[in-house]
Amino acid sequence: MSKPLTVWDLPKDEFLAPGHRMCQGCAAAITIRHILKAAGKDVIVVMPTCCGEITSTVYPQTAWRVPWIHVAFENAAAVASGVSAAIEALKRKGEIPEEKDIKVIAIGGDGGTFDIGFQALSGTLERGDNVLYVCYDNEAYMNTGIQRSGATPLGAWTTTTPVGKVWRGEWRPKKRKDLIAIAIAHNVPYAATANPAFPVDLYTKVKKALSIKGPKLIHVLSTCVPGWRIEPEKAVEIAKLAVLTGMWINYEYENGVYRVTTPVPKRKPVSVYLRLQGRFRHLTDEDIKKIQELVDADVERINKLVGKQVIGPVES
Amino acid sequence: MSLPGWKQIPLGAVILKPGNSVEYKTGEWRTLRPEINQEKCIRCRTCWMFCPEGAILEVEEPYKTQAGKEYRLTYKVNYDHCKGCGICANECPVKAITMIEEAI
Repeated sequence: MSKPLTVWDLPKDEFLAPGHRMCQGCAAAITIRHILKAAGKDVIVVMPTCCGEITSTVYPQTAWRVPWIHVAFENAAAVASGVSAAIEALKRKGEIPEEKDIKVIAIGGDGGTFDIGFQALSGTLERGDNVLYVCYDNEAYMNTGIQRSGATPLGAWTTTTPVGKVWRGEWRPKKRKDLIAIAIAHNVPYAATANPAFPVDLYTKVKKALSIKGPKLIHVLSTCVPGWRIEPEKAVEIAKLAVLTGMWINYEYENGVYRVTTPVPKRKPVSVYLRLQGRFRHLTDEDIKKIQELVDADVERINKLVGKQVIGPVES
Repeated sequence: MSLPGWKQIPLGAVILKPGNSVEYKTGEWRTLRPEINQEKCIRCRTCWMFCPEGAILEVEEPYKTQAGKEYRLTYKVNYDHCKGCGICANECPVKAITMIEEAI
Protein backbone atom coordinates (compact mmCIF):
# COMPACT_ATOMS: atom_id res chain seq x y z
CA MET A 1 0.00 0.00 0.00
CA SER A 2 1.23 3.47 -0.81
CA LYS A 3 2.07 5.97 1.90
CA PRO A 4 -0.98 7.70 3.41
CA LEU A 5 -1.47 11.26 2.23
CA THR A 6 -1.13 14.26 4.53
CA VAL A 7 -2.70 17.70 4.53
CA TRP A 8 0.25 18.95 2.45
CA ASP A 9 -0.76 16.65 -0.40
CA LEU A 10 -3.98 18.60 -0.94
CA PRO A 11 -3.58 20.77 -4.05
CA LYS A 12 -4.00 24.53 -3.82
CA ASP A 13 -6.39 24.74 -6.79
CA GLU A 14 -9.85 25.94 -5.86
CA PHE A 15 -12.50 24.80 -8.30
CA LEU A 16 -15.35 25.97 -6.10
CA ALA A 17 -15.10 29.74 -6.20
CA PRO A 18 -15.85 31.81 -3.10
CA GLY A 19 -19.04 33.84 -3.26
CA HIS A 20 -21.34 30.83 -3.20
CA ARG A 21 -24.31 31.34 -0.89
CA MET A 22 -24.01 28.22 1.28
CA CYS A 23 -24.70 28.94 4.94
CA GLN A 24 -22.02 30.05 7.36
CA GLY A 25 -20.16 26.93 8.45
CA CYS A 26 -21.66 24.64 5.79
CA ALA A 27 -19.89 21.29 5.76
CA ALA A 28 -21.16 20.50 2.26
CA ALA A 29 -19.00 23.37 0.98
CA ILE A 30 -15.93 21.79 2.62
CA THR A 31 -16.86 18.44 1.08
CA ILE A 32 -17.36 19.86 -2.43
CA ARG A 33 -14.10 21.84 -2.23
CA HIS A 34 -12.11 18.70 -1.49
CA ILE A 35 -13.97 16.54 -4.04
CA LEU A 36 -13.03 19.06 -6.73
CA LYS A 37 -9.43 19.24 -5.50
CA ALA A 38 -9.23 15.47 -5.95
CA ALA A 39 -10.98 15.49 -9.33
CA GLY A 40 -8.89 18.25 -10.90
CA LYS A 41 -9.98 20.31 -13.88
CA ASP A 42 -10.98 17.52 -16.29
CA VAL A 43 -14.29 16.73 -14.70
CA ILE A 44 -17.96 17.22 -15.47
CA VAL A 45 -20.15 17.62 -12.42
CA VAL A 46 -23.84 16.73 -12.47
CA MET A 47 -25.97 18.01 -9.64
CA PRO A 48 -29.61 17.43 -8.84
CA THR A 49 -31.56 19.97 -6.86
CA CYS A 50 -29.94 20.16 -3.44
CA CYS A 51 -28.47 22.71 -1.05
CA GLY A 52 -25.25 22.83 -3.02
CA GLU A 53 -27.08 23.45 -6.27
CA ILE A 54 -29.33 26.28 -5.19
CA THR A 55 -26.54 28.10 -3.38
CA SER A 56 -23.65 27.66 -5.80
CA THR A 57 -25.48 28.73 -8.97
CA VAL A 58 -27.62 31.75 -8.24
CA TYR A 59 -28.26 32.90 -11.79
CA PRO A 60 -26.46 34.68 -13.52
CA GLN A 61 -23.55 33.59 -11.36
CA THR A 62 -21.88 30.28 -10.72
CA ALA A 63 -19.33 29.21 -8.16
CA TRP A 64 -18.12 26.32 -10.32
CA ARG A 65 -14.87 26.57 -12.22
CA VAL A 66 -15.45 23.19 -13.87
CA PRO A 67 -18.23 22.21 -16.32
CA TRP A 68 -21.37 21.74 -14.30
CA ILE A 69 -24.89 20.73 -15.21
CA HIS A 70 -28.02 21.05 -13.13
CA VAL A 71 -30.74 18.44 -13.50
CA ALA A 72 -33.93 17.53 -11.72
CA PHE A 73 -34.07 15.86 -8.31
CA GLU A 74 -34.92 12.49 -9.89
CA ASN A 75 -32.28 11.97 -12.52
CA ALA A 76 -28.81 13.15 -11.51
CA ALA A 77 -27.35 9.65 -11.78
CA ALA A 78 -29.09 9.03 -15.12
CA VAL A 79 -27.74 12.27 -16.59
CA ALA A 80 -24.28 11.42 -15.27
CA SER A 81 -24.57 8.08 -17.12
CA GLY A 82 -25.52 9.99 -20.26
CA VAL A 83 -22.56 12.36 -19.93
CA SER A 84 -20.25 9.41 -19.45
CA ALA A 85 -21.72 7.68 -22.54
CA ALA A 86 -21.38 10.88 -24.57
CA ILE A 87 -17.70 11.13 -23.68
CA GLU A 88 -17.24 7.54 -24.85
CA ALA A 89 -19.06 8.29 -28.12
CA LEU A 90 -17.01 11.44 -28.78
CA LYS A 91 -13.83 9.47 -28.18
CA ARG A 92 -14.98 6.84 -30.67
CA LYS A 93 -15.62 9.55 -33.26
CA GLY A 94 -12.23 11.05 -32.62
CA GLU A 95 -13.57 14.37 -31.33
CA ILE A 96 -11.83 13.87 -28.00
CA PRO A 97 -8.40 12.21 -27.84
CA GLU A 98 -8.69 8.61 -26.63
CA GLU A 99 -6.17 9.05 -23.81
CA LYS A 100 -7.90 12.10 -22.27
CA ASP A 101 -9.33 11.09 -18.93
CA ILE A 102 -12.55 13.04 -18.30
CA LYS A 103 -14.26 12.16 -15.04
CA VAL A 104 -17.96 12.33 -14.38
CA ILE A 105 -19.12 13.06 -10.85
CA ALA A 106 -22.69 13.37 -9.67
CA ILE A 107 -23.05 15.14 -6.33
CA GLY A 108 -26.43 14.97 -4.62
CA GLY A 109 -27.93 15.53 -1.21
CA ASP A 110 -29.58 12.84 0.85
CA GLY A 111 -33.08 13.68 -0.43
CA GLY A 112 -31.92 13.38 -4.02
CA THR A 113 -30.10 10.14 -3.26
CA PHE A 114 -32.03 8.19 -0.62
CA ASP A 115 -35.52 9.17 -1.80
CA ILE A 116 -36.17 10.97 -5.06
CA GLY A 117 -33.14 10.07 -7.16
CA PHE A 118 -32.97 6.53 -5.90
CA GLN A 119 -34.12 4.64 -8.98
CA ALA A 120 -31.81 6.62 -11.27
CA LEU A 121 -28.92 5.87 -8.91
CA SER A 122 -29.83 2.19 -8.86
CA GLY A 123 -29.90 2.17 -12.66
CA THR A 124 -26.46 3.77 -12.93
CA LEU A 125 -24.93 1.37 -10.43
CA GLU A 126 -26.59 -1.62 -12.06
CA ARG A 127 -25.56 -0.74 -15.65
CA GLY A 128 -21.97 -0.24 -14.59
CA ASP A 129 -21.55 3.26 -16.02
CA ASN A 130 -18.25 4.99 -15.35
CA VAL A 131 -19.61 7.52 -12.85
CA LEU A 132 -18.71 8.55 -9.32
CA TYR A 133 -21.80 9.37 -7.29
CA VAL A 134 -21.24 11.37 -4.11
CA CYS A 135 -24.06 11.78 -1.62
CA TYR A 136 -23.51 14.49 0.96
CA ASP A 137 -25.90 13.60 3.69
CA ASN A 138 -27.25 16.34 5.96
CA GLU A 139 -29.98 13.99 7.15
CA ALA A 140 -33.06 15.93 5.96
CA TYR A 141 -34.33 18.15 3.13
CA MET A 142 -32.47 21.23 4.27
CA ASN A 143 -32.82 23.61 1.34
CA THR A 144 -36.62 23.48 1.35
CA GLY A 145 -36.78 24.09 5.09
CA ILE A 146 -35.79 20.97 7.06
CA GLN A 147 -38.26 18.22 6.14
CA ARG A 148 -37.53 14.60 7.07
CA SER A 149 -35.92 12.37 4.47
CA GLY A 150 -35.08 8.69 4.27
CA ALA A 151 -31.77 9.53 5.91
CA THR A 152 -33.09 11.30 9.02
CA PRO A 153 -31.84 9.50 12.14
CA LEU A 154 -34.01 8.33 15.02
CA GLY A 155 -35.14 11.11 17.33
CA ALA A 156 -34.14 14.03 15.13
CA TRP A 157 -36.45 17.02 15.03
CA THR A 158 -37.48 18.26 11.58
CA THR A 159 -40.46 20.37 10.55
CA THR A 160 -42.30 17.22 9.46
CA THR A 161 -41.26 15.18 12.50
CA PRO A 162 -42.06 17.80 15.11
CA VAL A 163 -41.61 17.53 18.86
CA GLY A 164 -44.72 17.69 21.01
CA LYS A 165 -46.53 15.63 23.63
CA VAL A 166 -47.16 12.69 21.27
CA TRP A 167 -44.61 13.01 18.52
CA ARG A 168 -40.97 13.07 19.60
CA GLY A 169 -39.04 13.75 16.40
CA GLU A 170 -38.15 11.08 13.84
CA TRP A 171 -40.00 7.90 14.77
CA ARG A 172 -38.40 5.20 12.56
CA PRO A 173 -37.22 2.81 15.28
CA LYS A 174 -34.51 1.11 13.20
CA LYS A 175 -31.30 2.32 11.66
CA ARG A 176 -31.90 4.23 8.41
CA LYS A 177 -31.33 2.40 5.17
CA ASP A 178 -27.73 1.54 4.49
CA LEU A 179 -26.70 3.26 1.26
CA ILE A 180 -23.31 1.55 1.09
CA ALA A 181 -24.86 -1.91 1.49
CA ILE A 182 -27.35 -1.04 -1.26
CA ALA A 183 -24.49 0.03 -3.54
CA ILE A 184 -22.55 -3.14 -2.76
CA ALA A 185 -25.65 -5.19 -3.58
CA HIS A 186 -25.34 -3.73 -7.10
CA ASN A 187 -21.84 -5.27 -7.33
CA VAL A 188 -19.98 -1.97 -7.54
CA PRO A 189 -16.17 -2.10 -7.48
CA TYR A 190 -15.86 0.68 -4.91
CA ALA A 191 -18.02 2.26 -2.22
CA ALA A 192 -16.98 4.34 0.77
CA THR A 193 -18.16 6.63 3.52
CA ALA A 194 -16.33 9.85 4.34
CA ASN A 195 -16.59 12.80 6.67
CA PRO A 196 -15.79 16.51 6.19
CA ALA A 197 -13.82 16.54 9.45
CA PHE A 198 -11.32 14.19 7.75
CA PRO A 199 -10.70 15.96 4.42
CA VAL A 200 -7.48 14.09 3.62
CA ASP A 201 -9.36 10.81 3.95
CA LEU A 202 -12.14 12.19 1.75
CA TYR A 203 -9.59 13.39 -0.81
CA THR A 204 -7.87 9.99 -0.86
CA LYS A 205 -11.17 8.18 -1.35
CA VAL A 206 -12.30 10.42 -4.22
CA LYS A 207 -8.88 10.00 -5.90
CA LYS A 208 -9.05 6.24 -5.48
CA ALA A 209 -12.66 6.05 -6.71
CA LEU A 210 -11.85 8.09 -9.81
CA SER A 211 -8.96 5.77 -10.66
CA ILE A 212 -11.36 2.81 -10.83
CA LYS A 213 -13.51 2.21 -13.91
CA GLY A 214 -17.18 1.56 -13.26
CA PRO A 215 -19.82 2.89 -10.90
CA LYS A 216 -18.61 4.16 -7.52
CA LEU A 217 -20.43 5.62 -4.57
CA ILE A 218 -19.15 7.79 -1.74
CA HIS A 219 -21.45 8.69 1.13
CA VAL A 220 -20.36 11.77 3.08
CA LEU A 221 -21.82 13.05 6.33
CA SER A 222 -22.58 16.76 6.15
CA THR A 223 -23.29 18.78 9.25
CA CYS A 224 -25.96 21.42 8.65
CA VAL A 225 -25.94 24.57 10.76
CA PRO A 226 -29.62 25.65 10.43
CA GLY A 227 -31.07 22.14 10.14
CA TRP A 228 -29.21 20.56 13.03
CA ARG A 229 -29.61 23.66 15.19
CA ILE A 230 -25.89 24.03 15.85
CA GLU A 231 -23.45 26.91 16.04
CA PRO A 232 -21.60 27.52 12.74
CA GLU A 233 -18.15 27.20 14.32
CA LYS A 234 -19.03 23.75 15.70
CA ALA A 235 -19.78 22.23 12.27
CA VAL A 236 -16.46 20.44 11.89
CA GLU A 237 -16.19 19.57 15.59
CA ILE A 238 -19.58 17.82 15.51
CA ALA A 239 -18.69 15.96 12.31
CA LYS A 240 -15.55 14.73 14.08
CA LEU A 241 -17.59 13.70 17.13
CA ALA A 242 -19.84 11.63 14.86
CA VAL A 243 -16.81 9.50 14.06
CA LEU A 244 -15.47 9.43 17.62
CA THR A 245 -18.84 8.24 18.99
CA GLY A 246 -19.39 5.62 16.28
CA MET A 247 -22.50 7.40 14.95
CA TRP A 248 -20.58 7.59 11.66
CA ILE A 249 -17.95 5.10 10.57
CA ASN A 250 -15.40 5.99 7.89
CA TYR A 251 -14.87 2.86 5.86
CA GLU A 252 -14.40 1.73 2.31
CA TYR A 253 -15.29 -1.33 0.30
CA GLU A 254 -13.07 -2.35 -2.56
CA ASN A 255 -13.59 -5.56 -4.54
CA GLY A 256 -15.04 -7.53 -1.66
CA VAL A 257 -12.73 -6.18 1.06
CA TYR A 258 -13.90 -3.83 3.80
CA ARG A 259 -11.46 -1.47 5.47
CA VAL A 260 -12.11 1.07 8.22
CA THR A 261 -10.07 4.17 7.39
CA THR A 262 -10.56 5.96 10.72
CA PRO A 263 -10.21 3.38 13.52
CA VAL A 264 -11.59 4.44 16.90
CA PRO A 265 -10.02 2.30 19.67
CA LYS A 266 -12.26 3.79 22.38
CA ARG A 267 -15.63 5.25 21.48
CA LYS A 268 -17.25 8.19 23.23
CA PRO A 269 -20.88 7.76 24.31
CA VAL A 270 -23.37 9.04 21.70
CA SER A 271 -24.75 11.61 24.15
CA VAL A 272 -21.59 13.70 23.56
CA TYR A 273 -22.61 14.04 19.91
CA LEU A 274 -26.36 14.36 20.43
CA ARG A 275 -26.26 16.93 23.24
CA LEU A 276 -24.47 19.49 21.05
CA GLN A 277 -27.36 19.61 18.59
CA GLY A 278 -30.63 21.48 18.98
CA ARG A 279 -32.49 18.92 16.88
CA PHE A 280 -31.89 16.32 19.61
CA ARG A 281 -32.48 18.56 22.63
CA HIS A 282 -35.83 16.90 23.51
CA LEU A 283 -34.28 13.43 23.88
CA THR A 284 -34.54 11.82 27.30
CA ASP A 285 -31.83 9.55 28.73
CA GLU A 286 -34.08 6.65 27.77
CA ASP A 287 -34.16 7.78 24.11
CA ILE A 288 -30.39 8.22 24.06
CA LYS A 289 -30.00 4.70 25.42
CA LYS A 290 -32.03 3.43 22.46
CA ILE A 291 -29.81 5.32 20.00
CA GLN A 292 -26.70 4.00 21.77
CA GLU A 293 -28.00 0.45 21.27
CA LEU A 294 -28.50 1.10 17.52
CA VAL A 295 -24.95 2.45 17.26
CA ASP A 296 -23.54 -0.51 19.22
CA ALA A 297 -25.24 -2.91 16.82
CA ASP A 298 -23.89 -1.04 13.81
CA VAL A 299 -20.35 -0.96 15.20
CA GLU A 300 -20.54 -4.70 15.81
CA ARG A 301 -21.73 -5.24 12.23
CA ILE A 302 -18.81 -3.22 10.79
CA ASN A 303 -16.28 -4.97 13.03
CA LYS A 304 -17.63 -8.28 11.76
CA LEU A 305 -17.35 -7.15 8.12
CA VAL A 306 -13.76 -6.02 8.61
CA GLY A 307 -12.92 -9.19 10.54
CA LYS A 308 -11.36 -7.52 13.58
CA GLN A 309 -12.24 -4.98 16.23
CA VAL A 310 -11.40 -1.61 14.67
CA ILE A 311 -14.08 0.36 16.46
CA GLY A 312 -13.65 -0.27 20.17
CA PRO A 313 -16.08 -0.32 23.08
CA VAL A 314 -17.58 2.80 24.68
CA GLU A 315 -15.14 4.38 27.13
CA SER A 316 -16.49 4.68 30.63
CA MET B 1 -24.20 44.29 -9.47
CA SER B 2 -25.78 45.22 -12.82
CA LEU B 3 -28.07 42.60 -14.32
CA PRO B 4 -27.95 41.80 -18.05
CA GLY B 5 -30.98 42.36 -20.27
CA TRP B 6 -32.76 39.43 -21.89
CA LYS B 7 -30.94 39.94 -25.20
CA GLN B 8 -27.57 39.51 -23.50
CA ILE B 9 -28.48 36.28 -21.73
CA PRO B 10 -27.25 33.13 -23.53
CA LEU B 11 -29.77 30.44 -24.45
CA GLY B 12 -30.50 27.66 -21.99
CA ALA B 13 -29.44 29.70 -18.96
CA VAL B 14 -25.83 28.80 -19.66
CA ILE B 15 -23.35 30.76 -17.55
CA LEU B 16 -20.27 31.48 -19.63
CA LYS B 17 -17.99 32.87 -16.92
CA PRO B 18 -16.81 30.06 -14.62
CA GLY B 19 -16.57 31.03 -10.99
CA ASN B 20 -18.12 34.47 -11.46
CA SER B 21 -19.74 34.19 -8.04
CA VAL B 22 -16.59 35.92 -6.76
CA GLU B 23 -18.33 39.14 -7.82
CA TYR B 24 -20.77 38.57 -4.97
CA LYS B 25 -19.15 39.60 -1.71
CA THR B 26 -20.36 37.19 0.95
CA GLY B 27 -18.13 39.04 3.41
CA GLU B 28 -21.10 41.33 4.01
CA TRP B 29 -22.82 38.53 5.94
CA ARG B 30 -20.14 38.55 8.60
CA THR B 31 -20.69 39.66 12.17
CA LEU B 32 -17.47 38.19 13.59
CA ARG B 33 -14.15 38.66 11.83
CA PRO B 34 -11.30 36.14 12.13
CA GLU B 35 -7.88 37.60 12.82
CA ILE B 36 -4.80 35.42 12.48
CA ASN B 37 -2.02 36.05 14.96
CA GLN B 38 1.04 35.50 12.75
CA GLU B 39 3.26 35.12 15.83
CA LYS B 40 1.25 32.21 17.22
CA CYS B 41 0.40 30.54 13.89
CA ILE B 42 2.35 27.32 13.28
CA ARG B 43 1.42 27.06 9.56
CA CYS B 44 -0.32 23.70 9.93
CA ARG B 45 -2.84 24.41 7.16
CA THR B 46 -5.82 23.33 9.31
CA CYS B 47 -7.81 26.56 8.82
CA TRP B 48 -7.14 26.49 5.08
CA MET B 49 -8.34 22.90 4.90
CA PHE B 50 -11.58 23.44 6.83
CA CYS B 51 -12.70 26.80 5.41
CA PRO B 52 -16.02 26.26 3.59
CA GLU B 53 -15.41 29.33 1.43
CA GLY B 54 -11.80 28.76 0.55
CA ALA B 55 -11.38 32.20 2.09
CA ILE B 56 -8.17 31.38 3.95
CA LEU B 57 -5.38 32.23 1.55
CA GLU B 58 -2.06 30.45 1.58
CA VAL B 59 0.49 33.01 0.44
CA GLU B 60 4.13 32.35 -0.39
CA GLU B 61 5.33 35.11 1.90
CA PRO B 62 8.18 34.44 4.30
CA TYR B 63 7.58 35.39 7.92
CA LYS B 64 9.99 35.51 10.87
CA THR B 65 8.51 35.43 14.35
CA GLN B 66 10.00 37.45 17.22
CA ALA B 67 11.30 34.19 18.69
CA GLY B 68 13.30 33.76 15.48
CA LYS B 69 11.29 30.98 13.83
CA GLU B 70 11.14 31.33 10.08
CA TYR B 71 8.21 30.28 7.93
CA ARG B 72 7.93 30.10 4.16
CA LEU B 73 4.15 30.58 4.15
CA THR B 74 1.71 33.08 5.57
CA TYR B 75 -2.01 32.54 5.99
CA LYS B 76 -4.31 35.45 5.29
CA VAL B 77 -8.07 35.90 5.24
CA ASN B 78 -10.02 36.91 2.15
CA TYR B 79 -12.36 39.34 3.93
CA ASP B 80 -14.36 39.91 0.74
CA HIS B 81 -15.76 36.40 1.00
CA CYS B 82 -15.23 35.21 4.60
CA LYS B 83 -18.70 34.71 6.10
CA GLY B 84 -17.32 34.65 9.64
CA CYS B 85 -18.49 31.14 10.55
CA GLY B 86 -15.61 30.70 12.97
CA ILE B 87 -14.66 27.13 12.02
CA CYS B 88 -11.04 28.28 11.55
CA ALA B 89 -10.87 29.74 15.06
CA ASN B 90 -12.57 26.68 16.55
CA GLU B 91 -10.30 24.18 14.81
CA CYS B 92 -6.98 26.04 15.16
CA PRO B 93 -4.77 23.76 17.32
CA VAL B 94 -2.81 26.67 18.82
CA LYS B 95 -5.73 29.14 19.06
CA ALA B 96 -3.96 31.64 16.84
CA ILE B 97 -7.25 32.84 15.32
CA THR B 98 -9.59 35.06 17.28
CA MET B 99 -13.06 36.12 16.25
CA ILE B 100 -13.53 39.86 16.67
CA GLU B 101 -16.85 41.64 16.43
CA GLU B 102 -17.16 43.71 13.27
CA ALA B 103 -17.38 47.43 13.97
CA ILE B 104 -20.25 49.15 12.23
